Amino acid sequence: MYEWNFAPVFSESGLLLAGFRNTLILTATALSGGLVAGLLLALARLSPKRWLSMPAGIVIEVFRTTPPLVQLFWFYFGLPIILAVEMTPFLAAALTFTIQSGAFFAEIFRAGIVSIERGQWEAASAIGMSHNQCMRRIILPQAVKRMFPSMMERSIELMKTTTLVATVSYADLLFQANEVAQKTFRPLEVFTVVALMYFFFISFVSFLAARMERRFARSGEFSL
Amino acid sequence: MTAPLLSLKNFAKSFDENQVFSGVNLDVQPGDRISILGASGSGKSTLLRCINLLETPDTGTLEIGGEIIGNPQRTGKARYRERDLRTLRQRVGMVFQQFNLFPHMTVAGNVAEGLVTVRGVAPAKARERALAELQRVGLADKADAYPSRLSGGQKQRVAIARTLAMDPEILLFDEPTSALDPALVGEVLGVIEQLAREGRTMLLVTHEIGFAYHVSTRILFLAERGIYESGTPDEILKNPKKPITQQFLAEHQRFQF
Repeated sequence: MYEWNFAPVFSESGLLLAGFRNTLILTATALSGGLVAGLLLALARLSPKRWLSMPAGIVIEVFRTTPPLVQLFWFYFGLPIILAVEMTPFLAAALTFTIQSGAFFAEIFRAGIVSIERGQWEAASAIGMSHNQCMRRIILPQAVKRMFPSMMERSIELMKTTTLVATVSYADLLFQANEVAQKTFRPLEVFTVVALMYFFFISFVSFLAARMERRFARSGEFSL
Repeated sequence: MTAPLLSLKNFAKSFDENQVFSGVNLDVQPGDRISILGASGSGKSTLLRCINLLETPDTGTLEIGGEIIGNPQRTGKARYRERDLRTLRQRVGMVFQQFNLFPHMTVAGNVAEGLVTVRGVAPAKARERALAELQRVGLADKADAYPSRLSGGQKQRVAIARTLAMDPEILLFDEPTSALDPALVGEVLGVIEQLAREGRTMLLVTHEIGFAYHVSTRILFLAERGIYESGTPDEILKNPKKPITQQFLAEHQRFQF
């Protein structure tokens, strides 16, 4: 019978918390960068100008269809060779996950934008709004409400995908967990605690998201 | 006589192989109230949508106050830039069959939106104006409600207020009561009638023939890919001369009591 002993793990909780902090920093960076990149990619892909829509389409497809681990290696090991740039694990990870989640967010944005009825565009143009004003004031605010659940889903996915950065020695939660496991010889306990940390954090965020969805619902127009 | 407020010359429009209309000429003088009637598919809405360029006509020139909109090409099809569209739409307002209110904004927000975003009016001033327009359509008490809380008739009155807030010289109504319960039609027609009495220039696509008779200065009957017959309400609705118009009106009167 295996004897569970969490005490050695808790005595190293400082290491785990530092890792958790790094995971949050990376996720937040990739998430905010990814939302901006995703919006720009979506707008470019929807543009009637082919020189905008085609490259955007290629970037989106390449990053959606290749494994994130390969992308990460590519940015970390490949880019310094080709461009002779200095790459830190954080920079490589932030770049990879910004563009990668941007590609997924772009598709969510695009689906949200095209789901808005043509009548909204027409009503906005009929009072003299330009294409850009229409997008910014009328279409995107409604589209974002519809996209919100998929965005949340994707963000959770992103947070879990960032565990891959342990492979390029970025001290995220999983990397630190490995360290602690080797130090305490208690891998089962360590990884159980780590799983619980993800579980509680993501559940808490989901709970907040559900409350926001209900608030959206009050201003009409939002449904799952 | 001064230049007409709005003038269409040789308008034509087709979708794919299907010619909706061609050779349409129309002059609109200030104060004209023109109802456009016709069977469904006769191009009434398409014609109206071509007037504010929600649809681009295949050929024809559009003049407003004697000023040509866009750049007519040698092919007959004019080219319109975004700037042309905005100039035109500042002067021509449109009310839609499906209202198309912005669901994420309050009623007052809907009405003020164009003022703030297009005209650059300060939000407080725009709201003041929005409230005045809502007062006019009898909905000042709904200013802070969201459109989803309104009945169809109320939504359409808000949509009218939203259009009026932009001070258009010409109002286009695209079947404004067709999406409404019969019980709600009256309140919307009441608002349009009031605008007619104020002497507003308007073009109205409608199936409400009785209403068209009472408010219009002129009726256009569309059939056979163009303006088939036009004249005063008495001429067209009481004594139509041409067979398709007569048949259309007879069909409409079949179940009257």
